[in-house]
Amino acid sequence: MERAEEYAKRDRPLKWVKVTNNHEISPGVFLISWKRFCDFVPGQVVKLAINKVQPPRIYSLCSGNRNETMSVLFNIKEDGYLTPRMATAVEGTELLVSNPYGSFHDDGGSAYWIATGTGIAPFYSMLKSGLSGDKILIHGARHLDQFYFEDELKHTVGSNYIRCCSGEQSPEVYHGRVTQYLLEMNQFPKDFKYYLCGKSLLVVDVRDLLISKGISYNNIFSEIYF
Amino acid sequence: MKDQLFGKDLNELKDICQSLALPKYTGRQLAEWLYKKEINSIDAMSNLSKKTRELLNEKFEFGLTEPSRVQESIDGTKKYLFPTLHNRFIETAMIPEVDRKTVCVSTQVGCKMGCLFCMTGKQGFQGQLTAGEIVNQFRSIKEYGDVSNIVYMGMGEPFDNLDAVLKSLDILTSEWGYAMSPRRITVSSIGIIPAMIRFLNESDAHLAISLHTPFDIERQKLMPVQIAYPIAEVVNEIKSWDFGRQRRVSFEYILFKGLNDTPLHVRELSRLLSGIRCRINLIRFHTVPGTPLVSPDEETINNFKDQLNAKDITTTIRASRGQDIYAACGLLSTKELLKTKD
Repeated sequence: MERAEEYAKRDRPLKWVKVTNNHEISPGVFLISWKRFCDFVPGQVVKLAINKVQPPRIYSLCSGNRNETMSVLFNIKEDGYLTPRMATAVEGTELLVSNPYGSFHDDGGSAYWIATGTGIAPFYSMLKSGLSGDKILIHGARHLDQFYFEDELKHTVGSNYIRCCSGEQSPEVYHGRVTQYLLEMNQFPKDFKYYLCGKSLLVVDVRDLLISKGISYNNIFSEIYF
Repeated sequence: MKDQLFGKDLNELKDICQSLALPKYTGRQLAEWLYKKEINSIDAMSNLSKKTRELLNEKFEFGLTEPSRVQESIDGTKKYLFPTLHNRFIETAMIPEVDRKTVCVSTQVGCKMGCLFCMTGKQGFQGQLTAGEIVNQFRSIKEYGDVSNIVYMGMGEPFDNLDAVLKSLDILTSEWGYAMSPRRITVSSIGIIPAMIRFLNESDAHLAISLHTPFDIERQKLMPVQIAYPIAEVVNEIKSWDFGRQRRVSFEYILFKGLNDTPLHVRELSRLLSGIRCRINLIRFHTVPGTPLVSPDEETINNFKDQLNAKDITTTIRASRGQDIYAACGLLSTKELLKTKD
């Protein structure tokens, strides 16, 4: 235990914040919030812990950078330490949070935003922070109830919001994986940036696919949930 | 499925003995049989009573796994393929040199880190290896008795499986285990800072960091981990450690044509690493499918080395070995994985 505290001291400093809201937005998936204590760039991450003993984990911020609160999106890992406990947090529960950091930033130009699961978080943060323009958002999930913020995204992103569901079918949603959808796309604009966020295999597969379609790796930006 | 004795540390072996109402000293006897003698069954533990062996056999198996395939390169390098759960495979390389035999072990099945130049990442992450599975890669190869060095540079990110890695190092270096010098072991990581700090605290093995470019944005495109653990922060943390005269820190640098092989990179590397007594290992890139990266020519590689040496950074070029057997990590097991999927 002493050692764990020692590592925590050497890592990025964490500060105590109080939870203002913890909402289960889909079965097993929560959006947890606390009062914003500094500026951040959408796409940045924070380290988060519930005590000084267990090492923190990294989460993308999932809120606008002018909102009163900061939020992260997480799903419960049954065998994990942090997320089952975070899921029980209520208003006033204390969390340890680092200052935001990281460089997964959209430069404002035309872009594809490609995510699976909770990998939608940085893109939601970008939208809530006012990033707009020529953005195409592709979100992959296994089940239809895993398209987090779906109603809001349909409204704000409109026809550029593409949902790919591998496990269930719906008339509005492409049936299949994100990679399958991309394989069926005819053209990949060479002057777009491609931002990818999600689990490693998705990111690696999509990155390889884009490169095979002639996209320069210089235009591909990846954030992997480690 | 029975639990395995191989891969348990001395305390765990003592606990097992206690739970079976065996004398406490049996724990040390077990460690001797597991890690100091060349047997592969509980029945061969001849200084334990027959009753004790029966008791152990009821609950445990010895725990060694034989390689399922071996390939040998024309240069003597061998690639061993070990089976793991669910039809997955891990790779172990044995690299013979004039004065040493080095074993390169894997720590995970697949990898989560998604580096652009890495074949293992294309498998995705399939699972963690146990300490026993890590040490088994050294113990169950034909050259076991002749191995002089171990490098944790095979499949997976060691600092993403740190508990098992530290336990395997304990087994390899403790007097009750293989009693290897930690100076003969190098653990290579992409630089997960909290885990690196713990490794530096709890082990004496050498550290190697995959650097590949000193520039933020460039490294982010090659190695997504850069977003979470920027190389400048990794290096700053290393600068705060006293490595003494025996422990070594080195930086791995794969050269990619036109990307990270310029005089600008030399200058920035020199600035980044100033104040650290370290070495840079330059590595030739062997093309993997699906990457746009290629290796520079020999002249560029040698020039890059000379420029770094001129900046007082000890720089060597790692000899490429086993190219005819896909010795670069991930190539062979990915082929095997695809075969089982077919």
